Amino acid sequence: MTDHELQLKSFALRRAMLNLIVGAGAGHTGGGLSCMDILNVLYNRILNVSPQTFGDPHRDRYVQSKGHCVEALYAVLADRGFFPASDLATVCHYQSHYVGHPTRHIPGVEMNTGALGHGLPICIGMALAAKMDAASYRVFTLLGDGELAEGSNWEAGLAAAHYRLDNLAAILDHNTLQISGHTRDVMSNEPLDEKWRAFGWEVRSINGHDYAELTEALTAPSESGKPVFIIANTVKGKGVSFMENVAKWHHGVPSDAELKQALAELDASEAALKEAK
Amino acid sequence: MRKTSLDMVQEMALRDPRILFIGSDLGPDTLKELKVQRPKQFLMEGVSEANIVSMAAGMAMEGWIPYINTIATFLTRRCFEQIVLDLGLHKTKVRLIASGGGLVYAPLGPTHLAIDDIAILRTVPNMTILAPCDADEMRRLMLLTPDVDGPVYIRLGKGGDPVVSRAEPACEIGKAILLREPGDALIVTTGVCLQVALAAAAELGKAGISAGVLHCHTLKPLDADAILKHAAPVVVTIEEHILIGGLGGAVAEILLGAGRAPRFARIGIPDAFADQYGSQASLMARYSITSENLAATVTRLLNQTHK
Repeated sequence: MTDHELQLKSFALRRAMLNLIVGAGAGHTGGGLSCMDILNVLYNRILNVSPQTFGDPHRDRYVQSKGHCVEALYAVLADRGFFPASDLATVCHYQSHYVGHPTRHIPGVEMNTGALGHGLPICIGMALAAKMDAASYRVFTLLGDGELAEGSNWEAGLAAAHYRLDNLAAILDHNTLQISGHTRDVMSNEPLDEKWRAFGWEVRSINGHDYAELTEALTAPSESGKPVFIIANTVKGKGVSFMENVAKWHHGVPSDAELKQALAELDASEAALKEAK
Repeated sequence: MRKTSLDMVQEMALRDPRILFIGSDLGPDTLKELKVQRPKQFLMEGVSEANIVSMAAGMAMEGWIPYINTIATFLTRRCFEQIVLDLGLHKTKVRLIASGGGLVYAPLGPTHLAIDDIAILRTVPNMTILAPCDADEMRRLMLLTPDVDGPVYIRLGKGGDPVVSRAEPACEIGKAILLREPGDALIVTTGVCLQVALAAAAELGKAGISAGVLHCHTLKPLDADAILKHAAPVVVTIEEHILIGGLGGAVAEILLGAGRAPRFARIGIPDAFADQYGSQASLMARYSITSENLAATVTRLLNQTHK
């Protein structure tokens, strides 16, 4: 799939995500929109996973540590055929398997997540197992800005470098916002690039909405022995003007009118992109 | 007991390439043979329990069977969420070998006294909790652990505890062992309190009182059938653990839940942090976790029954 085709797909994915959040009456809208392009590239270009091969021990592992943005993952997994798109209408409903955080009941989900600070340490174990088993699969996790305040990430940061896990990539959805506002105001964590470099990681700072940059960062081999930390600079609420860079959309659910406006904006942007081609 | 459990990990790991040892800064002499012969199956981590438990879960998801060893309090309190979610929820085959169960680390104070580990872990679905009474039983139980589905917590005593367990009947996880037939009373115990219970039962026997001893080396799942089968008119529990959420409470739940109401008492650690140090034995005495108090408690309850 070309960059252009992936970009066009991103509009459908964003629409599906917004619709399912409204249907659920709950969800993490801003963060889902900020990480959608990352997931789009991962699942359609990087990860060697598919509904047919998900049980294959050689598949790449993806653990969504920022589990609260599961709605974006649901939209991408449905699009990839892991389950019918009609299931998305049941998210968070009583007796539905589709809950507000990833669970292994859902086809395509590796690990239950939702409590922050678990994904990276779990991925250390998976990547270390791959090394020990001489397996070729790669391990990916997606972290959030607020999540980085959890100390377990930094314990894991030491371990990944210590074990020279160059088969591991941690992607930070760096939209710089968390529930209470800007991360720099809540609990400043910059300079992140210097911190992770000092921990022994290879750091790549990219535009997290640029398909070429995402692809390059997620595929290029790392310096020998170093795990890769990808700072994907993103915009919370990306693609919907009134949601962009507004912290309240962390877990805001659009009203009917807001949904209508958001979908119209996405339609217009999609049309413009098609036109530009 | 600790030496036996770690030696068993080494022995099993040398036989089974999926078994792996993970220590948390335990010193350079730990499992030297495994370290040299199978370096891949020996990891010595920094002091980072949260990362270790989640990392072990990740490895277990890939088919490895990690045995983690560090001090019990750090392995239960510090990383409880990792245990609940990455071990319990995912039913990962991670084994936690907890040094210093109960009052073993008396000289080190409340930071190191694992008075609450059983209560904490009983709340975790899919968890198996083992508390062997001596090194021989540790060996028998350790051999069973690789096959247990889901996480296992293994509580270690001080070491050098008198050997009272027997090879027969064969050890089975989840099955309590009756070491003395009950008559007037039943003592239910776990871990190294078995030795205390046997001493008390012997003393009671001299006084003409027949007290049975039921040893629960598995605290979860607790053997409710055995407890109900052997319950006598007097039931007393004894444990090296805080009375909240431990063996005594669990036995009471089982008895009352089955409509049984024997004369009942629990012996254990009160709802307080230790304010004295000394040795494990001195704290056991301070909390009256002794054969004398156990025998006296059984006698007192029997006398009430006879009124």
